[in-house]
Formats: sequence, structure tokens, C-alpha cells
Amino acid sequence: MFYYHFGLAVRSLKRNVLLTSLMVAAIGVGIGASMTTLTLFRAMSADPIPDKSSRLFTPQIDVWGKVKSQTAPDEPDKLPTQLTYTDAVGLMDAHPAFRQTAMYAIDLGLAPSNPRLQSFQVHARAVYRDFFAMFDVPFQYGVAWPAGDDSAHSQVVVITRALNDRLFAGTNSVGQTLRLKNQSYRVVGVLDRWQPLPRFYDLEDKHQFGKTEDVFLPLTRALESHLDSAGGINCSGNSNLQSGWDGLLRSECVWLQFWVELDNSADALRYRQFLANYAAEQQRSGRFRWLPLTQLRDVRQWLAYSHVVTNEARLLVVVSFSFLLVCLLNAMGLMLAKIMGRARDIGVRRALGASRRTIVAQCLIEAAVVGIVGAFLGLALTLVGLWGLRSLLSERVAGLAHLDMTDITAAVVLALAAAVIAGLYPTWRASRVQPAWQLKAQ
Amino acid sequence: MELRPILSAMRRNKVGAILIAVQMAITLAILCNSLFIVQQRLASSHRPSGMKEADVFVITNQWVGNPTDLAARQQTDMDALRSLPGVLGAYTTNSFPLSNGGQTEGCSLRPEQATPTARCAAYIADEQGLSTMGVKLVAGRNFTPAEVTQKAEGDQKLPVAVIITKELADTLYKGQPAVGKTLYITYHGSGIPIVGVVERLQVPWVGAGGWGSTFFGNSVIAPFRYAAQYSHYVVRAKPGLIGATMEAAREKLFDINRGRVVVKMQTMAEARTEAYRDDRGLALVLCVVCVVLLAVTAFGIVGLTSYWVAQRRRQIGIRRALGATQAAIVRYFQTENFIIAAAGVTLGVTLAIGLNLWMVNTFEMERLHLGYPIVGAIFVLILGQAAAFWPALRAASISPALATRAA
Repeated sequence: MFYYHFGLAVRSLKRNVLLTSLMVAAIGVGIGASMTTLTLFRAMSADPIPDKSSRLFTPQIDVWGKVKSQTAPDEPDKLPTQLTYTDAVGLMDAHPAFRQTAMYAIDLGLAPSNPRLQSFQVHARAVYRDFFAMFDVPFQYGVAWPAGDDSAHSQVVVITRALNDRLFAGTNSVGQTLRLKNQSYRVVGVLDRWQPLPRFYDLEDKHQFGKTEDVFLPLTRALESHLDSAGGINCSGNSNLQSGWDGLLRSECVWLQFWVELDNSADALRYRQFLANYAAEQQRSGRFRWLPLTQLRDVRQWLAYSHVVTNEARLLVVVSFSFLLVCLLNAMGLMLAKIMGRARDIGVRRALGASRRTIVAQCLIEAAVVGIVGAFLGLALTLVGLWGLRSLLSERVAGLAHLDMTDITAAVVLALAAAVIAGLYPTWRASRVQPAWQLKAQ
Repeated sequence: MELRPILSAMRRNKVGAILIAVQMAITLAILCNSLFIVQQRLASSHRPSGMKEADVFVITNQWVGNPTDLAARQQTDMDALRSLPGVLGAYTTNSFPLSNGGQTEGCSLRPEQATPTARCAAYIADEQGLSTMGVKLVAGRNFTPAEVTQKAEGDQKLPVAVIITKELADTLYKGQPAVGKTLYITYHGSGIPIVGVVERLQVPWVGAGGWGSTFFGNSVIAPFRYAAQYSHYVVRAKPGLIGATMEAAREKLFDINRGRVVVKMQTMAEARTEAYRDDRGLALVLCVVCVVLLAVTAFGIVGLTSYWVAQRRRQIGIRRALGATQAAIVRYFQTENFIIAAAGVTLGVTLAIGLNLWMVNTFEMERLHLGYPIVGAIFVLILGQAAAFWPALRAASISPALATRAA
């Protein structure tokens, strides 16, 4: 019976090619536009590390006295988004968390060992060894440096696959050296492909949606070599910034990011308490004249708090779904025209014994066929749309414009649903056709 | 023109008419708001920076290794660049307009203020800064060579003089002359005398609603010879010679010292394109959406009107047989379309304003100028009429002989 309906549907669609193509085009274009913006929006708002996002936390401390009352983690507040050097060191030393790391971004000149190759700039991150375990960073060769290297301020680095391909032709370069800012560093590990989007652990860094760093080195080494931060150094409050490197370390400027891994909610609660105690202690020691409020946010709360999804992305989603609505109404109108144009046809079939249900099934299958063809057109248009977005928008967001299986399934389902919804009213009208009326001479 | 036959015909085809009206309404709402946003973004991308951007390029220089003689290297670089035949002026700085990176300070009237009177961006320049940038001095004077002192990257010392922008001067001193007054930078004790006011110089950041948008025209220029690991060399070339001069500059710099990385070398025109790339991209996307939306609505009108024509073939034939002219038939369908479109457009204007108000609340956008819905409404009406024209013509060509035929 299904094939009968299907055959009838196809034949009726073929009878009026213009109307059918207009319907398919309406659905396809609507789906194309919506899926393009939805893909972008999903990528921007996606959880970059779904397995661990509820176990990774970032603390914030009010070192400038600007926040008067405690808020919940999902509410906005005016806490500084990074830590001072004093606090980063203080928290690292106390070590109440399972794993923890302070970090900051550095731009460095790299001199390849081959003197004929030109020096080039690399984007680096100074971290503790826990960074790699905390963020589930995959290694292609070697491992992260041992804890001893952190305390020894060793000159070791972990490089990315891309950099390894560029410098050492992709071979196992563990043990090789490279020169960063006139110092030799030994390679201890090479990372495999890793690109959390967005780069949630440092949103001050202007590359938050772009490529990750090329080089990772111990924070202790970076501090000893006085490597300047390439991220945002924020001295908004009364930071008491004096000249020179020591001046920066002693000031209340915030420029370091801090992340901890806490395995369950009990640990998180204990860490919150520890933070509050730490802040109270700082006040007692005379560093602050007020009790600094503290906050601990996990990855998702941090992303929401930091407004990672731009207004432009949200706006485009609103626009494209209204667009889909217009296309849906359009398809409904065209389907109405098509089905009611065959009112006589339906009347004859009903007179010959077809039940209302048969007619309804017929019409819905027609709508579904339009939906499926529209889905293919929509997917093709989505690819075009994403290609267009990639070339139009800056690198910051271009990396997000990719279609994956979930998106494709969503597109097909959405197209089918849109077509069937658009076909509901025309189907209802078709089922109400009176055979007697239609059989009379017009 | 008798409206009653049209209205009664529409009543029998209520749903179709409503569909078209609602489509036109939503189209109008989206059209108005999108075009408004497009106009805003494009206007924003044309905001003058205050610099004479033609013929200016920027070399971003980073020294390799850990040199201790940064001041000497910077001086050598500057001397070399300034001696090039195609160069009119050059200076070293920490940031420049359209670079989207720089330093923000709090500018205050009194030393003990905890909250600054205004936020401002701080640019470093020497005595060639103003002429290289091409900014116009409207009061006071440029820095003298004696006022330009040495500054390294971590230095927190205050300059001995500053030049501020007119917008900052108006915010701080409200119409009084700023030259001679003392500017206080928040959390730095002593004040700095203002020696000059420039007409306009934007902050480095350009994002719509982003950092710097609330203090877009507030800049201070501090006189320093900036010697740092990472800095920008801003160079003005002779008109028409910018391409050759850029290459000559790069060659000269590497001749002097290969131990550097030219992180970026771009003209101000390229910097502007890059800075506003997202805005222009959004504008283009919205334009494409509008065009496609109008096309979809137009085709929908064509489709549905053709269906109505087909439905009323006999009726039209009878009217023609009774003496209606072809023009009358066309007028009939155009009027019908006009009534539906008028209803749709009225609903659309309300929707457009409503949508805009919602966006003002959710996305912090600006309120729509009333001109947009009005012009949009007229445009959509005309579009509807044009879309209905072809089916109306087809209707007019229906032969009166149809009236005499059975079914």
C-alpha cells in the first residue's frame, strides 16, 4: 500500500514540476539558512571538553575590592577574570586540589637549529605539568615533563604536531633541542591533534577560537626567564604597579589563568571553603583592607559568564529561524494550491471508495517526499553557506564552521518535520473534500 | 472598483490570503531590522580613525633572543627607516588604531579619584608621531624632542607631557581649553600637563559593542622612545610609493639585524579591512538573507495567485463575456493582492518594531529609525504587486468563450 501511495505521490509531484520545484526550493533554502547558522551557534556554544567540563574549575578572587556581595556561579559579577602572581603562587603552594595549574600565554621568537631557516614567532603557553592530564591532551610522542622539572625550572618543552612537522619533519623529536628567545629547550613530548573550541582555559587570549599554542613550557621556567605575557594584563583596580618584572609580580595586576581538577562535588565544596579561607587570611595579613569575595566556576559556567557566544551568532540564529518560518508558510501555501488544484481527482477517488485516511496518508507522503528532496537541497545549501561564512568571517570564528553527523541528521529531520507541518493544513482540507461536490459539473 | 466581489472571493480563500499576509509581515520585519543592522555595521566600518590612513603602513617587529640593547636597536631601526628615500616619517609605538590591541588607562581630573572620569587608550609616540599618523592638531603644540624620554616595556613612569583628543578634552573639561590643564592617570600619583589637543584619534578596538565602544574617541598620546621586545613601527610613505617602500623597509631592517621576526607588515587599509571583517561579513550575510527572503515571498505570491486564477477560470470567463475588459481583470487581481499586502504590511510594521524592541533588550542594539519600516512597507507592497502581475496577465488572457462551455 505504501508503494502505491508513494508512486501516486511521485506522479502527482511530477505533473506540476514548477510548483513542486518551488516547494522543494522553499524548504531547501529555509533549511539551508537555518542549519548554517545553527551549526555555527552550536560550535560556539558547545562544551569543549564534555567528559570533564564539570570537574574542571577556575577560581576568581576580588583583589580590587569592587564586588560587594556574593553571587551564584551562573550570575554575572565584576570579579577579575584572572589571578595575580601572588595568588597563583599561593594557590599552587597550598595544593588542596587533585590537579592544578597556573598558566599564561607568551609570544616568542623561535630560532630553528638549521641556521638557514628564518626565525619565526610561535604562540606559547607556560603551564605546570598537570595541564596535560587535566585537559586530556593527547600525545603523539613522549610524555609531559615530570613534576621534578617544574620545581627545577627545567628548560623543556612540549610541542604540537604541526610544529613538529614543520621543524623535524614529523619524526619523533623527543630529545631534540630548539631555541626560544636565546635559550635552548629540550623537547620531551609532541602533542597529537588537539583543538578544544572555544579555548576555554584562556579567554583573554585573542586566539580563543583560533589555533592552539605551538609550544608548552614550564611556568616556573617562564617566570625565571622573565617571559612577558602575551595575553591581557589587567591592572584596572588599585594594582600598585611598579616598573620592571618584579614590579609586575608584586602588583595586584591580574594576568595568570588558574584551573583545578576536582573529582566530585564534595571536593568542590572543600575547595570553595579553602578559597574563602585563603582570602580571609590575605585580609588578616594586611594585604587587603576588605574581605575579598571568591568564586569558583566550572567550564560551562565559565563560558556562559564570559559571553563566549557572540550577539552576532545569536542574531543570525533568530534571523534564520524566522526565515525558515517564512519558507514553511510559503511551502504551506504552495502545497495548498497544489492539493486543492486536484480536488476533482480526490473527489473521484473518494467516490471510488478511498477512505479519508487514505487521502490523508497520500498527502502526507507527498509532503514527506518534498521534505526529503528539500533536505538534500538544504544540505547542499548549508555547505555553500558554511563555505561562505568561513571566507567572510575572521579566523576567530571560521574554524567553527564545520558540518558533522549530528548536524546532517538534524538537517534531514528538520526538513521532514517542516514539510510535514507545512502539509498538515492542506491535508486536512483535502480530507474534507466532498466527493459529491466535485463530481457535479463545475 | 467594486471591493465587495474581491472581499467575498477572499473570504472563501481565507487561509491562502492569511498565509501571504503573514509571510509579507515576517519578511518586512526581518527586512527592516536586517537592513538597519547592515547600515549600522557598514557605517561603523567607515568611521574615520583620525589618522590619514593612505600611505601609512605598520611593521610589527619582535626581537629574537633576549637582547639587552633594545634602546640602541630601536634607535638604529628608526634612523634606518627614516633615511629611506620613500619614507616621510616613522615612529615606534605600543599600539595603533584598528590594531584591536592596546593599553587602557583611567583619565581623571583629580589625583585622588578611585573611579576615573573617563576611560582612555594610551598610545606611545615620539615627536614624529603626529606627522606620521597625519592627525590634525587643533590646539596647543606637538611634543618637543626634549619631552620624548626613553621607555622600556615594563616601565611604569609617567610622561612629562601628553596630547589628548578633542573628545576626551570635551568629556573632561566640558568646553574649556584643555591645553595647560593637568591630566591625572588613575592610581598614578602626579599629574601630567596637557600640551596639545588633536581633532580625532580612535582607540585601537573596533568591535561593535565590544571593548572601547563606550570610549571610542578617547585617546592620550604619551611622548616616549619605545624600546621593547615587541613593538610596532608606524611608517608614512610618499604618496604612490607605499608598495616599494614597504619592501625596501623590510630589506633594510633585515640588513641591519637578522635576529628579528617581522610578525606582520600591513598597510592601514589592510588593517582596516581585517579589523572590520566580521562586521562586513555580517552585513553581507544579512543582505543575502534579505534578497533570498524577498525572492521566496515573491515566488510564493506568484504560486498562490496563479492557483487562484486557475480556480476562478470560469468566473473570469463569465465576466469577460459580460463585457469586462482585460485591463479590468488585471486590475481585479492587483487590487486583491493590494488588500492582502496592505494587511500584511500593517502587521509587518508592528512586527518590525516589536522585533527591534526585543533585540534592543536582548542584544543591546539600537532602536530602529521609523524610516526603515515605512520605506520597507512601500517596497514590499510594490514587490507584491509586481509578483501578482504575471498571474494577473495570465488571467486577463482567459477567453470569454469559457463562459459558454460546460465545466
